[in-house]
Amino acid sequence: MSELTKEITAAERTEKAKQPLRVRLSKKKQKIIMWILTLFAAAAALIFLMPTFLTIANSFMSSSEISANYGIIFSEDDDGGKEYISEKINLKFIPDMVSFSQYYTVLFKSPDYLLKFWNSVILVVPIVIFQLLTASLAAYSFARLKGRMKEIIFFVYIVVMLMPYQVTLVPNYLISDWLHILNKRAAIILPGIFTPFAVFILSKIMRRIPVSLIEAAQLDGAGEFQIFAHICMPLCKSALFSVAILVFIDYWNMVEQPLVLLSDTNLYPLSVFLSQINSGEIGIAFAVATIYMIPTLLMFLYGEDYLVEGIAYSGGIKG
Amino acid sequence: MKNKIRQPEAPRPAKVREKKKRDLKKFIKSDAAFPYLCLLPSLIGVMIFFIVPFFVIIFYSMVDNPINKEFVFLDNYVNVIKNTAFRRAALNTLTFSAVSVPLAVVLSMLLAMLLDSKIPFVSQFRTSFLCPMMVPVASIVLIWQVIFHYNGALNDFLSNFGIEKIDWLKSTKGQIVIVVLFLWKNLGYNMILFLSALNNIPKDIIEVATLEGAGGFYKFFRIKLRYLSPTILFVGILSLINSFKVFREIYLLTGDYPFNSLYMLQHFMNNTFRNIDYQKLSSAAILMSIVMVIIIGALFIAENKFGEDVED
Repeated sequence: MSELTKEITAAERTEKAKQPLRVRLSKKKQKIIMWILTLFAAAAALIFLMPTFLTIANSFMSSSEISANYGIIFSEDDDGGKEYISEKINLKFIPDMVSFSQYYTVLFKSPDYLLKFWNSVILVVPIVIFQLLTASLAAYSFARLKGRMKEIIFFVYIVVMLMPYQVTLVPNYLISDWLHILNKRAAIILPGIFTPFAVFILSKIMRRIPVSLIEAAQLDGAGEFQIFAHICMPLCKSALFSVAILVFIDYWNMVEQPLVLLSDTNLYPLSVFLSQINSGEIGIAFAVATIYMIPTLLMFLYGEDYLVEGIAYSGGIKG
Repeated sequence: MKNKIRQPEAPRPAKVREKKKRDLKKFIKSDAAFPYLCLLPSLIGVMIFFIVPFFVIIFYSMVDNPINKEFVFLDNYVNVIKNTAFRRAALNTLTFSAVSVPLAVVLSMLLAMLLDSKIPFVSQFRTSFLCPMMVPVASIVLIWQVIFHYNGALNDFLSNFGIEKIDWLKSTKGQIVIVVLFLWKNLGYNMILFLSALNNIPKDIIEVATLEGAGGFYKFFRIKLRYLSPTILFVGILSLINSFKVFREIYLLTGDYPFNSLYMLQHFMNNTFRNIDYQKLSSAAILMSIVMVIIIGALFIAENKFGEDVED
């Protein structure tokens, strides 16, 4: 866009003509601008994709190749660095020889990583399921009820939703302490379920359901439950997918909550544990990292449109 | 919720109260109660895990310790504000936000306009810009370390141009790395918000402007920007809130004890959690929540204003 505007102002200055832009900017010039913009977008896309691509590519290198390439970085803590294999780092996009040895080691020889992966699953899946469940109910009542009280409660929900972890973790910690669930998975799962994000998006969508549709159903004798189950929920199907993806990625990524609420590192999800990989295990770290992104990348592959829809719905506080 | 439907409770004859009770029972069983009951599970959860303990924290922040419970009013706040670690954390967090938020808004708007300008392969580009938000930070941290390490790929690359090695993560340059990581992760999300706002600009207005000979410059500043302004504000505040969450990236890259310029508020909170200093924790949390409420309030007011402006 910036190139485009620049071109136009330059053209305006030289010609000072009041002709329409279309005449001034010849077809050829427009084509060149398109090319520049496309190249620019392609360069940006490369930068955006590179880290992910590199991680996946590196996961197919044998561990000796990894330590040959990156040894200089990850063995620095071993005093003096006698193990330096090369003076420089080799950022390689394509492995010398495709090898599955990293995956073999992770999957069959070091159960620790699979255990941490399972920790992630067991924390995130209940949060997603129960947050959607309570949220779709709550969203229905926010969409159907009227009055000042409802608006105040909804405002409180938004404030809670927008609070950073620095603030919300203190109440969470306190209540976990009282309920004696500190250092148990429930300390993360329960507050996770009641985070108002899903309520916020779903009630925005339910409010858009035309009143006439609901009134027609009522005339046909449908009760509130029927309206909820047979009108609102089917209409929200794609929104539920969108919210599920957004909630999943958020918690799949969690770092703050386990650090504060869990003291037993055996319960840590892989998102925290991955950063604590030491130099001895660098050979398999890329495979673990790749395995960890598979669930979210699959969701992205199959649900990109849902994701985009969900993000678009989250725009604007009041909706 | 139930109080809303009933009259406020006042001392009444037993008979009336009895009838009220029966009415309530009837109401709960009736169809009209369903929307109210729907809210209950979520409301009870939010109350237990967020609201009630939050008020307890307000109490804790004003007493000398949880056992003695002697009222000291603002002493804890003064202590926190005087605390050098807290000050550094707050300053670092603010610096980071001041740099990253404008960049996040401007760059994501440019990306959205790029995708809106009828170039080929738009959907592929959209996918690649969105991809980072779907990749867990923990998974790509290794590569970031490889790139930004003292002996890493970036320094290697820069040395070709005769630039001396920079210790990216362990110097004042650390913030730059984190800003880049933050932008890499968040631009896609913001871009989608801008794209949907661009789609909502009435096509006929742009067409009329083009017919009347308006240049792209005019169209951008006088028409598009006006329609985008609520989104610019929303993205700005969203990025501000996200910038408070950047601890995640820093922790995964540098661990518990980062370089001074990367010591964020969440680091301060984590260290305080380790000592279980309830006074410090709660007063720091309340201070931050006050700042957040001000920011959120500004968002609401601005959205009301801008919303009306565009609808006219």
